[in-house]
Amino acid sequence: MARTATYQQAINEALAQEMERDETVIVMGEDVAGGLGTDGERDAWGGPLGITKGLYGKYGDRVMDTPISESAFIGAAVGAATAGLRPVAELMFIDFMGVCFDQIFNQAAKFRYMFGGKAETPVVIRTMYGAGLRAAAQHSQCLYPVFTHIPGLKVVTPATPYDAKGLLIQAIRDNDPVIFCEHKALYTLEGDVPEEPYALPFGEANIVREGDDVSIVTLGRMVHVATEAADALSGDGIECEVVDLRTTSPMDEDTILETVENTGRLVVLDEAHPRCNMATDIAAMVCEKAFDSLKGPIKQVTAPHTPVPFADTLEDLYIPDAAAVQKAVKAVMESSK
Amino acid sequence: MQLSRDDLLTAYRIMRTIREFEERLHVEFATGDIPGFVHLYAGEEASGVGVCMHLDDRDRIASTHRGHGHCIAKGCDVDGMMAEIYGRRDGLCAGKGGSMHIADLDKGMMGANGIVGGGPPLICGAGLAAKQLGTGGVAIAFVGDGGSNQGTTFESLNLASVWNLPCIFVIENNGYAESTSSKWSIACDDAADRASGFNMPGVVVDGHDFFAVHEAAGEAIKRAREGAGPSLLECKLNRYYGHFEGDAQTYRGQDEVKKLRESRDCLALFRENVTSAGLLEGAELDAIDREALAQIDGAVTKAKTAPPPTAADLLTDVYVTY
Repeated sequence: MARTATYQQAINEALAQEMERDETVIVMGEDVAGGLGTDGERDAWGGPLGITKGLYGKYGDRVMDTPISESAFIGAAVGAATAGLRPVAELMFIDFMGVCFDQIFNQAAKFRYMFGGKAETPVVIRTMYGAGLRAAAQHSQCLYPVFTHIPGLKVVTPATPYDAKGLLIQAIRDNDPVIFCEHKALYTLEGDVPEEPYALPFGEANIVREGDDVSIVTLGRMVHVATEAADALSGDGIECEVVDLRTTSPMDEDTILETVENTGRLVVLDEAHPRCNMATDIAAMVCEKAFDSLKGPIKQVTAPHTPVPFADTLEDLYIPDAAAVQKAVKAVMESSK
Repeated sequence: MQLSRDDLLTAYRIMRTIREFEERLHVEFATGDIPGFVHLYAGEEASGVGVCMHLDDRDRIASTHRGHGHCIAKGCDVDGMMAEIYGRRDGLCAGKGGSMHIADLDKGMMGANGIVGGGPPLICGAGLAAKQLGTGGVAIAFVGDGGSNQGTTFESLNLASVWNLPCIFVIENNGYAESTSSKWSIACDDAADRASGFNMPGVVVDGHDFFAVHEAAGEAIKRAREGAGPSLLECKLNRYYGHFEGDAQTYRGQDEVKKLRESRDCLALFRENVTSAGLLEGAELDAIDREALAQIDGAVTKAKTAPPPTAADLLTDVYVTY
């Protein structure tokens, strides 16, 4: 009988189990324990949302609080990964990549290539992303396309608690740098999560729902929006196949091409800004490799080309919703042969 | 920190090897055979060698865009380095890195670095790994006066201090960040003054003087190995060439380099010191000079005729698995 857990608990459990298994796994970041140097509790926070809560009690100095110096500690995680540790660094919000990006894309991502294949950098950078918490423009972005653009990085975007645990365990065991993107609106989502450790391979998309009429390829929180839309469309007699990418780098092109060959119709749903995102990337790839399978134009459903707004009325308009997906699916049905 | 006769010979040999390597690159670059950018370390040898003489393979260094000297001082293969600079398949990085990215992790050389200030965060990680794994190793970042003004350097000084890491930050102040004087760009008198703000020792040494560097670095490294935390060492020195090869150096005074070569050459100072003290004979040093010249000659000859990477090499070495 499967046990249920939240996305947040799944991540915490993956960290704990890997720290238990391998002494070289360390966790670092701002307030990942918390309370350091205060008169109050140690392990006061366990990260700003409590994701790493309890790890300090079990693993002590392997859970390292840092000053608010993202360049230094993300770089330290990268440097330590080349020297025998397997650090999991928490970059609190993906938006903060702006203050430490050099250490990720010029250092970690390029070592192996620049050094002629002689470097391994097994570092994981966990980071929360996505809109929906009224966190406004600097704490809500979906910047995974930026990381996906960089050769040398792997990029993971789990949509469920089950995937969060299995993909994080894989990320920690992986010998390349991994950007592990956690959607902040999913932390409380519950789902089946086996208690024992398990790793899910990268580059294997998940067919969340089968259908023969339209393929919806998506990722992260949008998987749930796509499923909601697909359930509603089923009532109208349109059966959608929903594909969750799980990882954007590597990306499972085979599964995307297979679903398009099956349905002949494609909607790509991406919470990121519309230019140079996963939707454009997938649309271009399908046009190039499966054009003859398409019965009509591809539709992209994305956030608009604006910063993420604060006011709830605006943010709700900003985030792609099931109604927008349904509209896109119907448009694809109508415009196809 | 007592230096044996063998140590002195080794130190001189490495400094001379670096000098010959760089002087030869200056000549070869002008022929147009060497692709890309090259930043020469000639004139600064006493710093890299004075520090690295204390290190072994468990110790890590991170370097700068001006990295050839650090690579040689940390034991990187000279033939492999030269081949790399020529973009050859059997270069130290298979021709994929070039002058600014020479690395050899097995030797503890974490890479020259094309990003000014890129190294200090990395050595915090290497220092952390040494501490966690109990290797007894230390980690050293070489930074120029330009890099000393980067936020990454300040953040790393602070992190190394609050984490009590076995790290040493060596600021090689050659007076110019590209064409801008460090007298203008550094707000305090000495970059080393900043160390007190991070609760660590900050020492200024004459970077032309191998013995001064060696002694100061020895103290900082001993302190780090004993778990007493990080240090900052500022070596005041000069480069004999431009920021990059091709730099017309119109920002420098007339005869500035000529005078430096005549009065502050670290190799001449070393020779004067050891011969006048009767520690080594001039003839021994002359022999090393000839051997270094021959070694670099050989390295250039091999690099020039070595095969380039092939089309198959373009797509490899991006990931361990993908």
